Amino acid sequence: MATQHTTEEVLLDVKGISLSFGGVKALSNISFDVRKGEIRAIIGPNGAGKSSMLNCINGFYHPQEGEITFKGETRKQMQTHKAAEQGIARTFQNIALFSGMSTLDNIMTGRNLKMKANVFWQALHLGPARREEVEHREVAERVIDFLEIEQIRKTPVGRLPYGLQKRVELGRALAAEPDLLLLDEPMAGMNHEEKEDMCRYILDVNDQLGTTIVLIEHDMSVVMDISDRVVVLDYGRMLADGTPDVVRTNQDVINAYLGVTHE
Amino acid sequence: MEFLESIFILPFLDIADSPIFFLEVVISGVLAGVMYSLVALGFVLIFKASGVFNFAQGAMVLFAALTLVGLMEQGVPIFFAILITMAVMVLLAILIEKMMLRHLVNQEGIILFMATIGLNFILEGVGQIAWGSDVKKLDVGLPDKNFEYGGMLLNTLDLSAALIAAIMVTVLALFFQYTGTGRALRAVADDHQAAMSVGIPLKSIWIIVWSVAGFVALVAGILWGTKAGVQFSLVLIALKALPVLILGGFTSIPGAIIGGLIIGVGEKVVEVYWGPAFGGAIEGWFAYMLALAFLMFRPQGLFGEKIIERV
Amino acid sequence: MFYREAGQFKTTYEADQGIFPIIQDRWFIAIMLVISFVVIPYFANEYWFQAVIIPLYIYAIAAIGLNILTGYAGQVSLGTGAFMAIGAYATYKLCTAFPDLNILIVFVMSGLFSAGVGIIFGIPSLRIKGFYLAVATLAAQFFILWLFNKVGWFYNNNPSGTITAPPREVLGIMITGPNALAITRYYVVLSFLVVFALAAKNIVRGRIGRSWMAIRDMDIAAEIIGIEPLKTKLMAFAISSFYCGVAGALYIFCWLGSAETEAFDINLSFLILFMIIVGGLGSIMGSIMGAAFITLLPIFLTNFPPMIGIQIASDLAKHLEEIIFGVLIVFFLIVEPHGLARLWQIVKEKLRQWPFPY
Repeated sequence: MATQHTTEEVLLDVKGISLSFGGVKALSNISFDVRKGEIRAIIGPNGAGKSSMLNCINGFYHPQEGEITFKGETRKQMQTHKAAEQGIARTFQNIALFSGMSTLDNIMTGRNLKMKANVFWQALHLGPARREEVEHREVAERVIDFLEIEQIRKTPVGRLPYGLQKRVELGRALAAEPDLLLLDEPMAGMNHEEKEDMCRYILDVNDQLGTTIVLIEHDMSVVMDISDRVVVLDYGRMLADGTPDVVRTNQDVINAYLGVTHE
Repeated sequence: MEFLESIFILPFLDIADSPIFFLEVVISGVLAGVMYSLVALGFVLIFKASGVFNFAQGAMVLFAALTLVGLMEQGVPIFFAILITMAVMVLLAILIEKMMLRHLVNQEGIILFMATIGLNFILEGVGQIAWGSDVKKLDVGLPDKNFEYGGMLLNTLDLSAALIAAIMVTVLALFFQYTGTGRALRAVADDHQAAMSVGIPLKSIWIIVWSVAGFVALVAGILWGTKAGVQFSLVLIALKALPVLILGGFTSIPGAIIGGLIIGVGEKVVEVYWGPAFGGAIEGWFAYMLALAFLMFRPQGLFGEKIIERV
Repeated sequence: MFYREAGQFKTTYEADQGIFPIIQDRWFIAIMLVISFVVIPYFANEYWFQAVIIPLYIYAIAAIGLNILTGYAGQVSLGTGAFMAIGAYATYKLCTAFPDLNILIVFVMSGLFSAGVGIIFGIPSLRIKGFYLAVATLAAQFFILWLFNKVGWFYNNNPSGTITAPPREVLGIMITGPNALAITRYYVVLSFLVVFALAAKNIVRGRIGRSWMAIRDMDIAAEIIGIEPLKTKLMAFAISSFYCGVAGALYIFCWLGSAETEAFDINLSFLILFMIIVGGLGSIMGSIMGAAFITLLPIFLTNFPPMIGIQIASDLAKHLEEIIFGVLIVFFLIVEPHGLARLWQIVKEKLRQWPFPY
């Protein structure tokens, strides 16, 4: 289901990324690009380096080689929070919500970067601090509406079931109004209905907000359905890159997923 | 200028002037360090096996020493007094497991840490109510004589203390590495629930490790107590063991030893040679500052593994 | 039925984000304020001011400070005593060097000094976490007290080595020094507590508070959504130390009158830590309740047994107190890690349905 938002403009360009921990090579020489407005999937078996790739993109891991260009800005090393400032948001494979805070507070935290009032105004809760708080609450409420989680607005997220936590996490990422949204297995551990819901949200985000999305997913039917182009990784190497149809018929990919017959 | 001189030049002149004295200072530092190591060892044992940062280790040292002295004052022969004290420490371990740890399974480390601060106060209070809070002399028959060797003044008590500590460390290291119980201990430290799911009896493991830590505390208590008398200040030694742990890493037995030696020697040498420049008594904070400086460069300690964070 | 938000509809986000969104809470706070500003001064005598209420309020300020750092930002500190000492010594230096300066301003300025030192000792928090950091704060505790003890300049080289509150007045009313009335000092301390508690409440429910809690709950995720760990943690250290510093200044200048460094030793740090554990980590109201509890408990322990005819030696009483503190800490961590504040919450939830549960 290719979206009409996809343009030719390259939003994120990853060139020759290699990453290793001690002697272990997690990624070697990975290159691909992400066009503005598309849904890009990264697939591969467990341990293929998918999450490491996302960690490189948002500056949490520092690859030893290669460079990443985002919105025309090239960087080799960057601090993690800078990536967020540039407009990259993400969700995590194992939910990483702020479990002591309510749903609303979690989503408001996603707006933190856009809030500026200093500590004095905040201590008084007057002037800019007060205005800002209401302004951003409105944005947070729009996200809450969008994800249909109004009823759990004030519930501490630690008490929510898994599926809802995943949704709140998506909400926190969306609240930042990112240009690029990285989703690390957004549907892992969900049942069929929850997966369908999540797919709908992802497509809606892409469609209505025009957000570019890079997602990691194991469920092939989901990946083939919703993504515009797919990168396949295996043992830190790149196996294939192309539209779902191209990738599906690629021999290396079939071998990696189904095993090679040795003769 | 004078101040700089007293920091950068004079101490080294002093050292060059009398190397024998310097050696004596170093040796006294080593011996103090061995004591720190012993206390730190108790910390490491419990941390390895239950992931609990046991702030009460110092109070356990005091408690064990007080019990021993108390019993001996009642006329119990040394050998039996030690046995009874060991039994008391096992009992204590069982109580701690039953009343405290059992209810805190899989809580965050920091909650457990604060719980042991509570435990620390309980032990201090109970020990002093039971046995009084005066300074008591402890004599378990270790030889305490000064003698001269190669121009240096040495003390038999210090040497035997070092020897005992060395033996304990070796035994414990072997126990951890090569016995089934040791392996179970390490498994529990990694993940309470996972260890339980493969059938490791969490409760008895905790009791064992707290008992062993209790024995280590008793040994430390005997050695410190013989040297300096049994008194409340034993608790403060525990605070000194904290920087030792930072240097050595929280899970490394050799780390606890080497960390203890570094702190012990460093503290004595700095106090003797650099202390005057700062007006003395820098022993009180030097260890912490050293640990702090060290942390900035190697947060995982000397022997800890580099931490790879994943999300 | 009496305590419930049902029927209290909010039509704006602003109303929903009020500091006490439920009307019963507003009443409760109003009543507390009336009690503390009017009722207590009317009934309390010198003993109650000096032995109970003034120290309680000062501890509460320090506890709020520590709770900001430990309860909200998740950074354990065992150096509270030292940061309080900085406030006290800074006040002493400032008000002896500039005798004409308004003492209330001096208190606040001293807090700023404490905040500055807090930032310095907070720097390691970027690289070290949990108990490691606790040890780093011990470095602050021991080093700072040693410094104040060793360097005569800090106590103006007076031979006794103590700092003493000089007489200072504001608007003709004596605030500090031997002639300051207990009731005056009470109002000063109370005003600081009210203002500081409200400010803390405002901070923790806004952007900065959310950043702190984000770092506390999941530091990596917080960093990835754009919260700078160093800046956020240092902010927590600064504000926390500011509170502790002012509390330390009040501790000497509005309560003890004079003190040496021992007044700020590690036991004070533990005491404040106990207050926030008992009161509730991550709760401003809890800090105050914890301070009240820990201050009142020893007074109860020394006064209650004689009342029922049991005499306890003071030595024994002290050890008993230790044991009870210890048991309480363990008890609260096991049964209610969120402390008195949470119990209060539960009472409120029960009240919602009381007396008609359906």
